[in-house]
Amino acid sequence: MTTFTLEDLGAVLEDAAGAPETGAWNDEVLDLPFYELGYDSLALIEASTRIGRQLKITIPDDAVVEMKTPRTAVEYVNARLKGA
Amino acid sequence: MIAAGTAVVTGMDVVAPTGIGVEEHWAATLAGTPAIGPIERFDASGYPVRLAGEVRGFDETVLVPPRLVPQTDRMTQFALAAAEGALNDSALDLSTVPEFERAVVTANSSGGFEFGQRELENLWSRGSDYVGAYQSIAWFYAANTGQVSIRHGFKGNCGVVATEQAGGLDAAGQARRVLRNGARVVLTGGTDASLCPWGFITQLRTGLLSTRTDPSRAYLPFDADANGFLPGEGGAMLVMEPYDSATTRGARIYGALTGYACGFDPPPGSGRPPVLARVARRALDDAGLGPGDVDVVFADAVGTPELDRAEASAIREVFRRPVPVAAPKALTGRLYAGGAVLDLVTALLCLRDQVIPAAAGVRVDPRLDIDLVTGAPRPAAISTVLVLARGYGGFTAAAVLSHPGKDR
Amino acid sequence: MSRRVVITGLGAVAPGDPGVKAFWQLLTAGRSATRPISFFDPSPFRSRMAAEADFDPAREGLTPQQVRRMDRTAQMAVVAAREAVADAGVDLTAGDPGRVGVSIGSACGCTMGLESEYVVVSDAGRKWTVDHDYAVPHIYGYHVPSTLAAEVAWDAGAEGPVSVTSTGCTSGLDAIGHARELILEGSADVVVAGATDAPISPISVACFDAIRATSPENDDPEHASRPFDKRRAGFVLGEGCAVMVLEELEAARARGAHIYAELRGFAGRANATHMTGLRPDGTEMAEAIRVAMNQARLDPGDIDYINAHGSGTKQNDVHETNAFKRSLGARAYDVPVSSIKSMIGHSLGAIGSLELVACALAIEHNVVPPTANLHVPDPELDLDYVPLTARDHQVDGVLCVGSGFGGFQSAAVLARVDS
Repeated sequence: MTTFTLEDLGAVLEDAAGAPETGAWNDEVLDLPFYELGYDSLALIEASTRIGRQLKITIPDDAVVEMKTPRTAVEYVNARLKGA
Repeated sequence: MIAAGTAVVTGMDVVAPTGIGVEEHWAATLAGTPAIGPIERFDASGYPVRLAGEVRGFDETVLVPPRLVPQTDRMTQFALAAAEGALNDSALDLSTVPEFERAVVTANSSGGFEFGQRELENLWSRGSDYVGAYQSIAWFYAANTGQVSIRHGFKGNCGVVATEQAGGLDAAGQARRVLRNGARVVLTGGTDASLCPWGFITQLRTGLLSTRTDPSRAYLPFDADANGFLPGEGGAMLVMEPYDSATTRGARIYGALTGYACGFDPPPGSGRPPVLARVARRALDDAGLGPGDVDVVFADAVGTPELDRAEASAIREVFRRPVPVAAPKALTGRLYAGGAVLDLVTALLCLRDQVIPAAAGVRVDPRLDIDLVTGAPRPAAISTVLVLARGYGGFTAAAVLSHPGKDR
Repeated sequence: MSRRVVITGLGAVAPGDPGVKAFWQLLTAGRSATRPISFFDPSPFRSRMAAEADFDPAREGLTPQQVRRMDRTAQMAVVAAREAVADAGVDLTAGDPGRVGVSIGSACGCTMGLESEYVVVSDAGRKWTVDHDYAVPHIYGYHVPSTLAAEVAWDAGAEGPVSVTSTGCTSGLDAIGHARELILEGSADVVVAGATDAPISPISVACFDAIRATSPENDDPEHASRPFDKRRAGFVLGEGCAVMVLEELEAARARGAHIYAELRGFAGRANATHMTGLRPDGTEMAEAIRVAMNQARLDPGDIDYINAHGSGTKQNDVHETNAFKRSLGARAYDVPVSSIKSMIGHSLGAIGSLELVACALAIEHNVVPPTANLHVPDPELDLDYVPLTARDHQVDGVLCVGSGFGGFQSAAVLARVDS
């Protein structure tokens, strides 16, 4: 398995919950809180379910709560991929 | 004279088979442009009914905020688009209205059925993990009111009424109550969109749908050849305000909801008469008007011989004179929760332009003895319209709309 | 003299055994009716528990054709309505049926019937263009939730205002609030009002799983619904129905009716914030409470019991605790507050009607039902939540609140009527 990128995250989020309210999936949004991008808890739960299914990893609910920005989400998923 | 607290309509928008936007709908309605055609949203070739009034050219990526598209059914996308259009049309500056004095009241008949079919398919063909997070908020009957309330910051006494095809009038009646209880503005209306296979087959089973394949001869209310109706999708939203605050802010007023009443038919086989005539009289009483004041009646126009006979008989019983009757539904099919709301919009446009649209293509059954406007639109002096609606099972409602500037 | 609206009859089909008597016994005993789901195999799901009603429509008097035609939601509504009308002792056919209304709430209508039909016509999800030939003839009655009010109206002989209110989880309170309005404005003299939901079906369980709203603590189903407890982990799905007969006070008195309570105030507000999320401050619920109390012309000191929404989600219990403090001030700390969802789960739109019946019975018996399963207090939640055991308590005024998807917040105020 290769690494999980910001673009991968963006693709899942857009499919699950629509395009972000500001900006594109580049480094400028990496540290923006998800709520500023227009994604609420339902969007993140839905995206985490889909990512978990695609990559065959389990993302616990508590971990989803801790993912405040795209950077933390991408880092979490990559850590899980390495560990898996 | 319209009394100070009377509910008046100051904004409206339409998403209907006849068009997206009030003027497009009105132009198509006056022109008698048929909006019923072969179903394109899904493959209906295996079903005994293959026609419907579909909304064409609705681009949700333009008309609905992008973040709301994946979490809403088509019915809610219609509601969001129409609510925004109606608010814009009203030119109301929402910042002047306290949040708790703005409310949303919609009618709904069947919920987000297409969204629901997709999620049911996910569940049953792939497993429970595949049911999406938005199923919980997209399919239920309150989705339209909730999403519109959130979108525009309406925190007042919101509501959702389900009385099948009478719902549009019952929502307007409820909106009027909310205004009487102190709200300053209510967004009201209804939209439905059950044109997916799963939503469609439930309608097939009623036996009320027309199985004809010629779009111009399929849904013919009050015609000797009436043989059922066709379903449609869409609806409309209205902005309602009390007359005094609407005039104070210099709003354009389409008309006033001066009367409303509802009732319910006795069970089949009871031998008791249907309630339509009584409900129509009560709505007129409520408006302080009599049958002689009504210039046009918008009929419910189901298009089955039995229900058309019952409606014609109620109209004759109430009016005892040849009153003009309009059935613009003949162009669109029946839009469920959206149908009677669309009739309210069309009736308000009658008041504005002093013309009654025709049920194009209908040749009225002379035995019904009603003055249905057919062929071409009929110019008329119109200051009062009575709108009738009936919902499956016996729900019955009537609304009276009055011209804002005409004193009788 | 303005009209006043009173409750003269009660009916219920709650988790456990049907009937108001069994319902009140369950509540006052502090027993939970939550258990492993028995209606279908729940093993693939995250939350596998529910509060199920032991309801047999034939045993409750419905005919074979009624049983076949009606979804469980409608069956429960007709049975509860009959109990309420009999309890009120009112002959609805004696006067003008046009003065009799029906107002039924439901969040999700005929879910069970719709899903079981879907499975057949789609051949378990294999076909998008589903087979209409396989559908039951009355399937349209499942498709439209208005059927629920229609069935009750036919059975009761009502020809006045009849409607379904469907505002998600506040449907029950809102439908009864609507009925009150019909009587106050003079559109009806008697209204059969309540709410019904039977959502214990795979699609509902899956949709609440998907947003982690329901409790995953399947090891101890009986104690999984834990409102106001520090260990609360979401709600437990329930089903049920309650119906009441509402009448204009003078008419009820004239016929010598037993009056449980007056429905003195009702208000709904929306938070316009999020379809499922709640902000902790409880502003909008507090506003609904304030308006309902104003209508009732009652002060915080007149409220002797609060029947909370108390769903047992992390967010909700904080939200409404703050709403009580915001609306009632210091009085919030003195009034017993309880959540009967600890015992009968969360039956979505129906729950508000069951809660209002419990409130009417609290006034009738001067007993406050408890919050079951509340063992570990949460320091953030510092009111008197009546843990575990019912309490004898003089109850003359009650506040009942609800909160639901769509952002709706509703409040009703009941008070004893002096004879």
